[in-house]
Amino acid sequence: MSIRTEQPWVRRALIAAALVCLALFILLPLFVVFFNALNKGVEVYFRSLNDPDTFSAIRLTVITALVAVPLNLIFGVAASWAIAKFDFWGKNFLTTLIDLPLSVSPVISGLIFVLLFGAQGAFGPWLMEHGIKIIFAPPAIILATIFITFPMVARELIPVMKAQGSEEEEAAMTLGASGFQTFWRVTLPNIKWGLLYGVILCNARAMGEFGAVSVVSGHIRGQTNTLPLHIEILYNEYNFTAAFAAASLLAMLALVTLVLKSMIEFKYRAELSARDGSVGAFAGVAAGKMENHS
Amino acid sequence: MKVRKFLLGILAIVVMIDFATVGWAKQVTLLNVSYDPTRELYDDYNKVFAQYWKEKTGDDVVINQSHGGSGKQARAVIDGLEADVVTLALAYDIDAIAGKSGLIPSKWQERLADNSSPYTSTIVFLVRKGNPKNIKDWEDLPREGVSVITPNPKTSGGARWNYLAAWGFALKKWNNDEEKAKEFLKAIFKNVPVLDSGARGSTTTFVERGIGDVLISWENEAYLAVNELGPDKFEIVVPSLSILAEPPVTVIDRNVDRRGTRKVAEEYLNFLYTQQGQEIAAKHYYRPRLKSVAKQYADQFQPVNLFTIDEVFGGWQKAQKTHFADKGIFDQIYGN
Repeated sequence: MSIRTEQPWVRRALIAAALVCLALFILLPLFVVFFNALNKGVEVYFRSLNDPDTFSAIRLTVITALVAVPLNLIFGVAASWAIAKFDFWGKNFLTTLIDLPLSVSPVISGLIFVLLFGAQGAFGPWLMEHGIKIIFAPPAIILATIFITFPMVARELIPVMKAQGSEEEEAAMTLGASGFQTFWRVTLPNIKWGLLYGVILCNARAMGEFGAVSVVSGHIRGQTNTLPLHIEILYNEYNFTAAFAAASLLAMLALVTLVLKSMIEFKYRAELSARDGSVGAFAGVAAGKMENHS
Repeated sequence: MKVRKFLLGILAIVVMIDFATVGWAKQVTLLNVSYDPTRELYDDYNKVFAQYWKEKTGDDVVINQSHGGSGKQARAVIDGLEADVVTLALAYDIDAIAGKSGLIPSKWQERLADNSSPYTSTIVFLVRKGNPKNIKDWEDLPREGVSVITPNPKTSGGARWNYLAAWGFALKKWNNDEEKAKEFLKAIFKNVPVLDSGARGSTTTFVERGIGDVLISWENEAYLAVNELGPDKFEIVVPSLSILAEPPVTVIDRNVDRRGTRKVAEEYLNFLYTQQGQEIAAKHYYRPRLKSVAKQYADQFQPVNLFTIDEVFGGWQKAQKTHFADKGIFDQIYGN
C-alpha cells in the first residue's frame, strides 16, 4: 500500500547507513559493557558484584527510585489532568515550567540544591542548627532525582489526555459522579497504558541519573553513592571488571525497560484499535506525541 | 485496593530504612574526606586503625571515605559535607575551609607535627617501558614530539604540585629568571593534549587510554600504576630536582564537636604518625616522616633533590595568588 518515490538504491543506502549507525553507536557499546563484565568468567563477574559498597549503591538507587517515581506519578497525573481537562490562568506557563528540568543541565540541577541547602546556602545554617542533613546525604539525592524526573510522567500523559477530550468526564459528572469517582472510573482507565509508559521512563531515568546526583552526593562510600556514581569510582580504582559488572546491571535495567515499553506499546495499540472510533483517538495521540517531540 | 497495597509497601520500605539507620547509629562513625590518589592508602589504614581503636577502647569505629579532586573536596566540606577529618593534597585547600566556612581555626596547620603532614611525596615521571622518547629530566618535556599528561592546576592539587615543581626547576636552571621560567612552562603546556580535572583522571588517560609519552605524577600514584597495571608496561623516571609535596591532615573542629567524635578523630590522625601508621603510608609509596620507617623502606624511594614550597614560592597563599588565581601566570601561559 505504501507509496514509493525513492529509487531502490537510495532506499538501500539509507537503510544501510541507519543500520551501521545503530550497530556503531548502540549495539557495540552495549556489547563492550557485557564483554568486559564477563571477560574473566561468570564466577569473577558475580564475585565482583558481591561487595558491600556495591550492595549499598544498589540499595540507595532502588530507594531513590521508590521514593521519586511514586511522587512523580502523583504529580504527573495531577498536573496533566489539570492541564488537559481544565482551562485556567497561567496554564501555558505551568506547561513550560514542567519542561524546565529537561532543558537545564543536570549539573545546574544539582547546584540548585547545594545553593539552597548547603552550609553556605539559603537554608543551610537553619538546617544545621536543627540537625537536619539534606545535602551530601540521601535526601538531597532523592530531591535531585525528583527534580530531574519531574516532567517524565506529565509529558507522557498530557497528549493522551488532550486527545481524549473531556466529553466522557462531562458525561460522568452529569450523571452525578463525584470528582474522584470521575477520575477513578473514567479518566484513569483511559490513560493507564500511557501512565505505565511514563512511569517506566521515569524509573529508568531515576536509576541512571549521574550529573545532578554527583553534585549533591558527597561521594561517601557505602552511604551516598548511587549505582552510576559507584561505577565511576570502581573504574577509577582500576577495578575494571567490577565497574563493567555494575554497568551491566544498569544496562540490563535499560533492556528490561525497553522490553516493557515495547510490550506496553503493543498492548496500548491493540486495546485502542479494539474500541470503536479509537483510530481517531490514536491518531490524535500520535500527533500529540509528534508535537511533543518537535 | 491495589493502590493501598502499593502505598503500604512503600511505607514498609521507609520503616525498614529507618531501622537500618538506627542500627548504624550505635557505632562510632568518622568521615574522612580525602583527595584522589589516597584511596588505597586509607582503605588499608582504616582497617588497622579500627582494630587499634577496638583494642584500646572496646568501641567499634567505622570510617567512611570520600575521594575526589582536592579543591572540589574542600568545596564540598565548605558546603556542608560533614567531614570529621580532611586529608587533602595541599595546605591551600584546607586554608580555604578555614577562610570560607570558619569550621576550623586559621592556624590549623600548627596543630600537628611536620606542618600537619604525616607523610610526604614528590613529583616524578611515568614513561612507557624502555623510555622510547628518552625522557630524563624536566628539560625533556618541552621538546618537540613529546606528549605530556598532567591534570588541570585549577582543579587538581597534584597538578599544582606538578606545575610548581617544573617552575622551581626552571628558576634554578636560569638563575631565578622568571621570564625564562614562564617560557619554559608555556612550552611544556603546549605539549599537553588533555587536561583532566584530577590526578586519577590523568593516570587513567595515560595508562588506560594510552595517550601521551610521559605522565607527570605523584610518586605514589606512579608506583600504584606500575604495580596495578604491569611493571612490563611502564617505568618511573626521577628528575634531577623536584618539590617536597606535603599533603596535610586536620580535624574539622565544628563537625567533631557537634557529632561528639573529637577524641576518636584526633586519635585517627595521631595514629598516622606512629610506627604502624608510617609503615602503612610507606607501603603505599608515601614517604614516611619517621626515621626508622624511612630507613626500613629506603630501597623503595630513590633519592631526589627536593625543594619546599616555602623556600621557592613563600608558601601556598602566595603561590596560589601568583600562579593559579584568575589571570595568574597559569592563565597567561595556557590561555594563549
